[in-house]
Amino acid sequence: MDRPDLGAYRFPMHRTARLRRVIQRPFQGAGRPVAFIATGVLIQLGVLLVIALPWILFVPVSKGAILLAVLVPCAAVLAAGPLLTEVQYGRFRTRLGVGIPSPFPGRRPRLRAWLRSPAGRRQLTYHVLGGPLLALAAAFVLLMWAAAVVAVSVYVWIWLVPLDWRIDHPGYSTWGAYVTAAGIALLHAASWLSGALARLDTRTATDLLGPSRQEQLARRVEALTESRAGLVDAADAERRRIERDLHDGAQQRLVSLAVNLGVAKATLGDLPEDARRVIDEAHREAKEAIQELSSLVRGLHPAVLEDRGLDAALSGIAARAPIPVRVKVDLPSRPSPTIEAVAYFVISEALTNVVKHAEASKAEVTVERFGATVLVVVSDDGVGGAELTGGTGLAGLAKRVASVDGTLSVDSPVGGPTVMTVELPCVP
Amino acid sequence: MRAVIAEDSVLLRIGLVKVLEMAGFEVVSEVGDAQALLAAVEEHRPDIAVVDVRMPPGFTDEGVRASLVIRRQWPKTAVLLLSQYVEERYAADLLSANTSGIGYLLKQRVADVEEFAETLRRVAAGGTALDPQVVSQLLVRRHRDPLDRLTPREREVLELMAGGRSNAGIAEQLVVSESAVAKHINSIFAKLDLPKAEADHRRVLAVLRFLDFA
Repeated sequence: MDRPDLGAYRFPMHRTARLRRVIQRPFQGAGRPVAFIATGVLIQLGVLLVIALPWILFVPVSKGAILLAVLVPCAAVLAAGPLLTEVQYGRFRTRLGVGIPSPFPGRRPRLRAWLRSPAGRRQLTYHVLGGPLLALAAAFVLLMWAAAVVAVSVYVWIWLVPLDWRIDHPGYSTWGAYVTAAGIALLHAASWLSGALARLDTRTATDLLGPSRQEQLARRVEALTESRAGLVDAADAERRRIERDLHDGAQQRLVSLAVNLGVAKATLGDLPEDARRVIDEAHREAKEAIQELSSLVRGLHPAVLEDRGLDAALSGIAARAPIPVRVKVDLPSRPSPTIEAVAYFVISEALTNVVKHAEASKAEVTVERFGATVLVVVSDDGVGGAELTGGTGLAGLAKRVASVDGTLSVDSPVGGPTVMTVELPCVP
Repeated sequence: MRAVIAEDSVLLRIGLVKVLEMAGFEVVSEVGDAQALLAAVEEHRPDIAVVDVRMPPGFTDEGVRASLVIRRQWPKTAVLLLSQYVEERYAADLLSANTSGIGYLLKQRVADVEEFAETLRRVAAGGTALDPQVVSQLLVRRHRDPLDRLTPREREVLELMAGGRSNAGIAEQLVVSESAVAKHINSIFAKLDLPKAEADHRRVLAVLRFLDFA
């Protein structure tokens, strides 16, 4: 709908609307911080009530009674410290949606442990100092809200003022405009202060009620360690599953194919020469495929590793290598399956590398335990020059070792010999 | 001769039955796990049991353990173990109890039908057959000085001998004369300080005793 052009003139209705916006703005989004600081005040009032209780119930006169009336409530408040912390957590969570992690994982700490821990003492600081001071400020801000609302609505309630007074003070309607303006200013100030106070309280509580930076880091490291261990285990389980799948699937089929071709070769005596040659060829290829697939699968996670341990599993890869490999395993007890799997994988890959690149005439593998470390040494008499950097297989091995907090180092001068040393942690 | 087959892969079981029948065996029972194998051997008392190492439910070394039971309880039943991989440790377990009527081969050896049939008959008759791969694993394990004294050729002969072959078999494999093989063997026995022995599987026994398994 077209409106007539009214030039610069504004209807008074527009002014009212703008005024309404000015008054409404401080209320927008103020509900949460106000409710938050108000509950803070309530909590502190509760604490105050406990401390004042003896004085309300009776008036202590003797020295002993006074001492008792002071000490008992203070002790009660102190004892309620851990509970108070949880009440504060609840306030932050429900009023602001801010979750403060507890520095005490699991159950609520016992009082003695709570008081002894640095985290507990930080929390006590909040309850004794931070909380009350912030509540005091909050009470002041709440009063500001009340005053502002009263001032802004001066024109609403001015009519309740007795007529005589109004007649005696005829300037009150102009004066009311100043009061309204002051009220609006107060509204804005109270709104801003509520938000600021809530933020300040949040920061203080996060620092004092939550875990310290150091504790947070420690917890993060713990969580990361756990999740990484989970990943490593999952990768292992996956490797085992692939091994099982290939063993039960492709490998059996290939063997069965080779057997059938073998039967065909042995029984079909009266075949033409061409056909016989084709069957021969297929038979040989099937056997080669079995060979290739099984050395691939053997590197994944052999059943014998799980079953009989590292020593038993290593003779398989050593015997498979085209150069003589000496294996010496000296472990008083079996390491964890994860460590065994990593050691097996590293040795298997290292020997593959030796065969591929080192031009060695022999290699040696030793596995020993020193305290809480499993030491794996793979050495060869080849040409050397192996490096950890770059996209070599060695870098991948180092990563696999690092995933269980192990270390891998390679000493390989040009011209050889090469010695790869792997240290893996294990619980003795 | 009568045989029992324990193999969980149906495909391979069919192939095995064919090969065994070609080799002149009567397959009296086919089963898919170790428990059923023991029951079948108890019932049929076959001359030989052809057993897969990895079987349900654990898929680890069920076949090896079942074989040990069979050799102990029914000594007249020979056992030929088949596996995707051969492990010297399993061989050691098998041979620690008994060195006759035992065979341990890679599954793919079944594909060389005629050779496999011969192995079957040898084991069923109380002989021993170890896969060349097991033998080379065993040699990796034992690095005593006497073995280092062997020449590469003598090592080869020893491996074939440990596999249960006769002089003629070794000669054929290495493409040398039988008398040359006999000479090598005498030299091996001398270097390993072993007394001479006559029968084929006694020689294996001697080799295995040297390897600490007899």
